[in-house]
Amino acid sequence: MPAAAKRLALALVLALALGLPWLTANSSHLNFAILVLMLAQAGVAWNILGGYAGQVSLGHAAFYGVGAYTSTKLLMVWGVSPWFGMLAGAVVAVAFALVIGIPCFRLKGHYFAMATIAIGEILQILVTNQEWLGGAVGLQLPLGHEGWSSFVFNRSKVPYYYIILGLLLLSLGVSFAIERSFLGYYFRAIKDEPDAARSLGIDLTRYKLIAITASSFLTAAGGTFYAQKELFIDTGSTMATSLSIKIALVAILGGVGSLAGPLVGAVILTAIEETTRAMFGGTGRGTDLIVYALLIIVIAVFYPTGVVGWWRDFERRWFGAIPPANASRASVDR
Amino acid sequence: MTRPLLEVRNLCKRFDGLSANEDVSFNVEPSEIVGLIGPNGAGKTTLFNCIAGFYAPSAGSIAFDGETIFRLTPEGAARRGIARTFQIVRTFSSMTALDNVLVGSLLRHKSIGAAQRRAEETLAFVGLSARVQTPAGAMTVAEQKRLEVARALAIEPRLLLLDEVMAGLNLAEIREATELVLRIRDRGIACIIVEHVMEAIMPIAHRIVVLDAGRKIAEGTPDAVAREPAVIAAYLGD
Repeated sequence: MPAAAKRLALALVLALALGLPWLTANSSHLNFAILVLMLAQAGVAWNILGGYAGQVSLGHAAFYGVGAYTSTKLLMVWGVSPWFGMLAGAVVAVAFALVIGIPCFRLKGHYFAMATIAIGEILQILVTNQEWLGGAVGLQLPLGHEGWSSFVFNRSKVPYYYIILGLLLLSLGVSFAIERSFLGYYFRAIKDEPDAARSLGIDLTRYKLIAITASSFLTAAGGTFYAQKELFIDTGSTMATSLSIKIALVAILGGVGSLAGPLVGAVILTAIEETTRAMFGGTGRGTDLIVYALLIIVIAVFYPTGVVGWWRDFERRWFGAIPPANASRASVDR
Repeated sequence: MTRPLLEVRNLCKRFDGLSANEDVSFNVEPSEIVGLIGPNGAGKTTLFNCIAGFYAPSAGSIAFDGETIFRLTPEGAARRGIARTFQIVRTFSSMTALDNVLVGSLLRHKSIGAAQRRAEETLAFVGLSARVQTPAGAMTVAEQKRLEVARALAIEPRLLLLDEVMAGLNLAEIREATELVLRIRDRGIACIIVEHVMEAIMPIAHRIVVLDAGRKIAEGTPDAVAREPAVIAAYLGD
């Protein structure tokens, strides 16, 4: 597609996103849009580590949960504003990420992914057994005054929509800045051939830690948003491995290591999820997990570059050979 | 007399009792081309990996530019000015040729623009100007080997380790490769070349180091080494 057409399409999508609350009065439509944006934001955050740097994490719900629990406890115990709590949660998540990253980044490929599953599971079990963190029952957030300062909106979901849209745009901006800087080149080099990257003076652990810092910070911010939107959190909804898989799947389905990948993935995944929920009943029955598993198999077998990769091939066939600006490698298991 | 660029002293590398390098010592002078030869399993690549920081020597020492280096890491070696290629090509296959080299030039030039200009110059130097925008994965093996040389040169090294860059190349490509090595030497970069293709290495090397079963069995000019009975025995299997 010509660059001008691409820019026009981008402007249209942005205009549509900004104007959406005026286009629909139906609150379930808006709720669907919020779900898409939440998932997309987590996917974009995951993509920095899992997509660009190729370190596939299946424990990102740990960061999400740390964000949600930190801001919630700060609010409940000291009445700290959730806006500040969001920042605090992100900082705690980064600290946690660095502590687990230093040993885990010594592991390669599948072993790294397995370690992240273990860490996610351990954290979930630990928190479930802490009474002061609500244990298995979860935490009910206090119903304070509605408004921007308290980050609580009951009458209309529109503010939530704009907050998560802003968070998504921020996450995309961080990804874009990384992609264009030397970090983007280093991350892709580490993903493609770690030994060759080292031979060019790249300290692998250092740059993986930079990737996980950005990734965990943004993931945790999404966790705080979830807590404020639902006004209730428990480990099952914010720390479960199924959530980790979902976050990773959004990016993998859409296309790893590309800006638009997680957005496309989030739309598709949320649509499938809401449809299966309508057809087979609520969550907790495992139908969503079956769908995730099927999707993983389909992507792995037929299109490892995801929907965005498929679209690029399609584009090349119809609009002539365009050099891959940021061609993403087929495999994600490095 | 100038001091050697690289001094390998009594280097040993053992893997679980198996000795891959045993008491190997040699020097490399600035702007010198040293050939490292020996039969399969002689320990050439192991020695290479020790010098490039990929393996920690079990005993002995390595000094670069007069300074003994302990706990050398690959990234540390690169920063000091030791560059390498890989026996089995390891280009960044999802990236274009230009971006491959750019990753290397970022070590000395932090701005993308400056690094890109350096990368373009380096690709021109190795004769890959026409392939700048080609994804590395879509290039021939000969081109990828050339790209690895460009990428290694991009970190602006003083010592370049070339691991079988001529293996699998046809005669014309070998001629181009030897000519490239001479031009690299002319830039003041010393080269250690591991090679099986004797005809390629003998005319361009100043000195040859011969390894057999992990030990250095001969060292000298190509002519002298080729006449050494121990070398003939090692190659012909006495």
